[in-house]
Amino acid sequence: MDSYESTHQHIASSRLKDYFIGATPLQKRLESVRKQTSFVPTPPRRKIPQCSQLQEDNDPQKVAFLLHKQWTLYSLTPLYKFSYTNLKEYASLLSAFIAAEKQKGLAVEVGEDFNIKVTFSTLLGMKGTQRDPEAFLVQILSKSQLPSENREHKVLWTGWFCCIFGDSLLETVSEDFTCVPLFLANGAETNTAIVGTWFQKTFDCYFSPLAINAFNLSWMAAMWTACKMDQYMAATEFLWSVPCSPQSLDISYAIHPEDAKALWDSVHKTPGEVTQEEVDLFMDCLYSHFHRHFKIHLSATRLVRVSTSVASAHTDGKIKVSLNKSSYVIFPYCYIVFKMYGICIFHIEEAQWNANLRQ
Amino acid sequence: MSPQKRVKNSQVQKRTSQVSGNYPTNLLAWEEKEDLNDSKYSLKRGQNNPVEDYGHADDQAEDALQIAVRYFEKGPVKTSQNKDKILEEHLKTVENVALKNGLAPEGIDILLNVALSGKFGSAVNTRILKCMIPTTLISEHSVVKAVSWLCVGKCSGSTKVLFYRWLVAMFDFIDHKEEINLLYGFFFASLQDDALCPYACHLLYLLTKKENVKPFRVRKLLDLQAKMGMQPHLQALLSLYKFFAPTLISVSLPTRKKIYFKNSENLWKTALLAVRQRNQGPPPEPLKLMLGPAKVRPVKRLPSQMGAVLNNSLLLHYINCVKDESILLRLYHWLSQTLQEECIWYKVNNFEHEKEFANFLATVNRAQCFLQEGFYSCETFLYKSLPLWDGFCCRSQFLQLVSWIPFNSFSEVKPLVFDHLAQLFFTSTIYFKSSVLQSLKELLQNWLLWLSVDIHMKPVMNSPLETTLGGSMNSVSELIHYVGWLSTTALRLESNSTFLLHFILDFYEKVCDIYINYNLPLVVLFPPGIFYPALLSLDSSILNQLCYIMHRYRKNLTAAKKNELVQKTKSEFNFSSKTYQEFNHYLTAMVGCLWTSKPFQKGFYIDPDVLEKTGVAEYKNSLNLVHHPALLSYAVSFLLQEWPEERTTVNMRSIRGKKWNWYLDYLFSEGLQGLKLFIRSSIHHSSVP
Repeated sequence: MDSYESTHQHIASSRLKDYFIGATPLQKRLESVRKQTSFVPTPPRRKIPQCSQLQEDNDPQKVAFLLHKQWTLYSLTPLYKFSYTNLKEYASLLSAFIAAEKQKGLAVEVGEDFNIKVTFSTLLGMKGTQRDPEAFLVQILSKSQLPSENREHKVLWTGWFCCIFGDSLLETVSEDFTCVPLFLANGAETNTAIVGTWFQKTFDCYFSPLAINAFNLSWMAAMWTACKMDQYMAATEFLWSVPCSPQSLDISYAIHPEDAKALWDSVHKTPGEVTQEEVDLFMDCLYSHFHRHFKIHLSATRLVRVSTSVASAHTDGKIKVSLNKSSYVIFPYCYIVFKMYGICIFHIEEAQWNANLRQ
Repeated sequence: MSPQKRVKNSQVQKRTSQVSGNYPTNLLAWEEKEDLNDSKYSLKRGQNNPVEDYGHADDQAEDALQIAVRYFEKGPVKTSQNKDKILEEHLKTVENVALKNGLAPEGIDILLNVALSGKFGSAVNTRILKCMIPTTLISEHSVVKAVSWLCVGKCSGSTKVLFYRWLVAMFDFIDHKEEINLLYGFFFASLQDDALCPYACHLLYLLTKKENVKPFRVRKLLDLQAKMGMQPHLQALLSLYKFFAPTLISVSLPTRKKIYFKNSENLWKTALLAVRQRNQGPPPEPLKLMLGPAKVRPVKRLPSQMGAVLNNSLLLHYINCVKDESILLRLYHWLSQTLQEECIWYKVNNFEHEKEFANFLATVNRAQCFLQEGFYSCETFLYKSLPLWDGFCCRSQFLQLVSWIPFNSFSEVKPLVFDHLAQLFFTSTIYFKSSVLQSLKELLQNWLLWLSVDIHMKPVMNSPLETTLGGSMNSVSELIHYVGWLSTTALRLESNSTFLLHFILDFYEKVCDIYINYNLPLVVLFPPGIFYPALLSLDSSILNQLCYIMHRYRKNLTAAKKNELVQKTKSEFNFSSKTYQEFNHYLTAMVGCLWTSKPFQKGFYIDPDVLEKTGVAEYKNSLNLVHHPALLSYAVSFLLQEWPEERTTVNMRSIRGKKWNWYLDYLFSEGLQGLKLFIRSSIHHSSVP
């Protein structure tokens, strides 16, 4: 009895001490949330990401694979007991799980041969700092029935997990967790759901759809416009939505990319970084131009999509890199897209709440 | 589903569950009830009314169903002229009810018997079997009885096949499977029947347990395979056998999966879905809902993840005892994300899920209450969601979250929570204000409990917490001052509402007893903005509560004083003389008003000239126990009760001397216990006016 009490006492008193010292990851997490909530949550300025030496580790073929696909974004809580050394095992477990889900009612054995194949592989270099965990790719491939064609699997679904500049997040978890807060999926939604379910069950994590609010969309528009390109593939286009019943009204606003670039150059002052004022000014110029012609205040509507020659993003949480596969010269831009999104992800929570505050 | 229909279903379910508990008696009762119906009348009505009528009134349909079942049970009527027509009508009745709501276990029991006993033709049996759809469950006994008919050889091969398919399709809805498993040998024997073989295989596949796998059965299966070739259904059963007993089967089976079984469920597909829905409530499509992009996903049930602990007190207890940070982190991540996802006031124009979210919050609150500890996730959720909250949505659940904010440095939490709360507080109704005060009272209580448990772990003097204890006390006192500020302003806004005062004084009932009840070195008095409105209140219960609080303050302060004298050491937590002065000030004012009839002199002083101008002739008496507006009615009833003959000339001033003491006893007997305690402890009886 005595011993029970003494341990209990120990636990309780150390808990109070922890409050003040902020020793555990949980407390650190709480601290950071408090800071984010009490101070201005979004950074007033962001550096234009430069290609780091990390990028050299990239497997160009794998990264090329990420281009020209529409990715649906999800945010993800840290994975519990995930290990990079077990990727093979995960692949076989996940393929068994998918097979079981697809032929409900029948038992399947792990390690059996199914007509699909799942692969896990790391995506080297897709990270912001050395501390960030490696990004990894999950693919579902269809297996051809004929042995001769065995070599060529058709990709049914792709998803990848990454962490870019996750420093503050990394501090707040213990070593049992792997922080890859951004998940991007391409392929049938049912597959996303199955894979998501498996991850949620296996690593006790939580996926939630990630919307990109108008605030971040403006940032992306500005930063992508800022990218200098030899050849512009498409117009810079914005889409605003006017909430009115019975049907909402969409306003599309397309600008010649070179004009957009010129406008940006005229508002952009600080080399190497983009500031909030510049982004605001850029958008304000577009608004006033539109107002002069159509007498409509776009600032009163909601920005829902931005598309440029570099990439496009929709408020639903879908992004796509439009860069040409062959143009490896400008490959860093692709990197920038994801990396930049990574930066946004770093502020996922705050950004979402912030957006709500602004609305 | 329409609400009516749902009610109906739940009734049906209820009945089913009752029945399954007490099977034979209920069946009797069911039959008796049926006998009460005049069958002739019903039949006639059946003839006159077109079939469409059955859907209209459920009661009618129920009656008609019972008659139909009775009809089938008795067997075909040979004599009747239009027997085909009657048969058709009854069949339709059964089909309609079965497809709409399913059949109760008794109904299925009887009709299965009918279908397999061969009383009617094969076509009728087929139709009956096709509509054997349970409302919720099928009794195992019915299945066993039905199987026994197969041995008699009364039904055709096609009926047998259909029955096997039905068994496979309904397998999950059979309440028990032990007795059916005892018939394993029988089902196994039917593998020899070529027509039955695929379905028997499927049934065996569902039924097989490890102990069913026997060498002679393996041999039989291999024989069959040799005879019939590589049949997928046989392979499936063999691979299952191999899984259970790898040593018994040496043949290698192809590893590639194919669809082993023909789909037996096809015939009942929609019906099965309906039954599942009835059994489970919401439609089972978690996968689709789980990750739908930006779709609203209501919390239907807790997942098979860390979040599941919320509903399980044993697991909650476990995580409370195990000091494993990763468990807490997992819970933290899950809960944070869920709260954010489900929180309805982030979703514009989406208030349909308010109830579900409120339920979820209630679950979280229950868990916090069980653990007597707030979750960090809820705290961060409050930080983020409070600025956006309208003060209306899920109010009680949300405010309960506030009362579970873990102990914190008040100044740190103030800008995140309490400043936002104050904004809402001042701009909302009196009811909202009262609920906020109520939850702040609970918050205070939770903090005090945490601190009191913690402090008594170690002697305060030598503990490394010594300095932080001072900090903690500071934090608590800041919380109390904050509530004092809220209350003072609220009283002004709500023109000293009695209703509000009750909630405020409830809070101070906790505050005044901190030293004695929680053994924490803290006494904070209420601000004058609360004290005077309470003292001058028109409501006797407020005055009574005030007296009680003053009495407890006195007890706490004297106890503190005594302790100081005993310890003789200068502790960090000695109360400043200001606290005592403040108390004495209030006490003097109270005694001056209520007892000595010398108000406005000491305590709360008002210039005599000003009082003169009010025109009240005897202002000195006007606030004593007799004339105080809250007690005046007591004084009158007291006089009327004791001296009813003086009804016309009630003289309030006569209450003095002995009468004063009687009057006091009268007040105490009327339930003014707070007043009693206050007078006993604070006033020396020699000073009776």
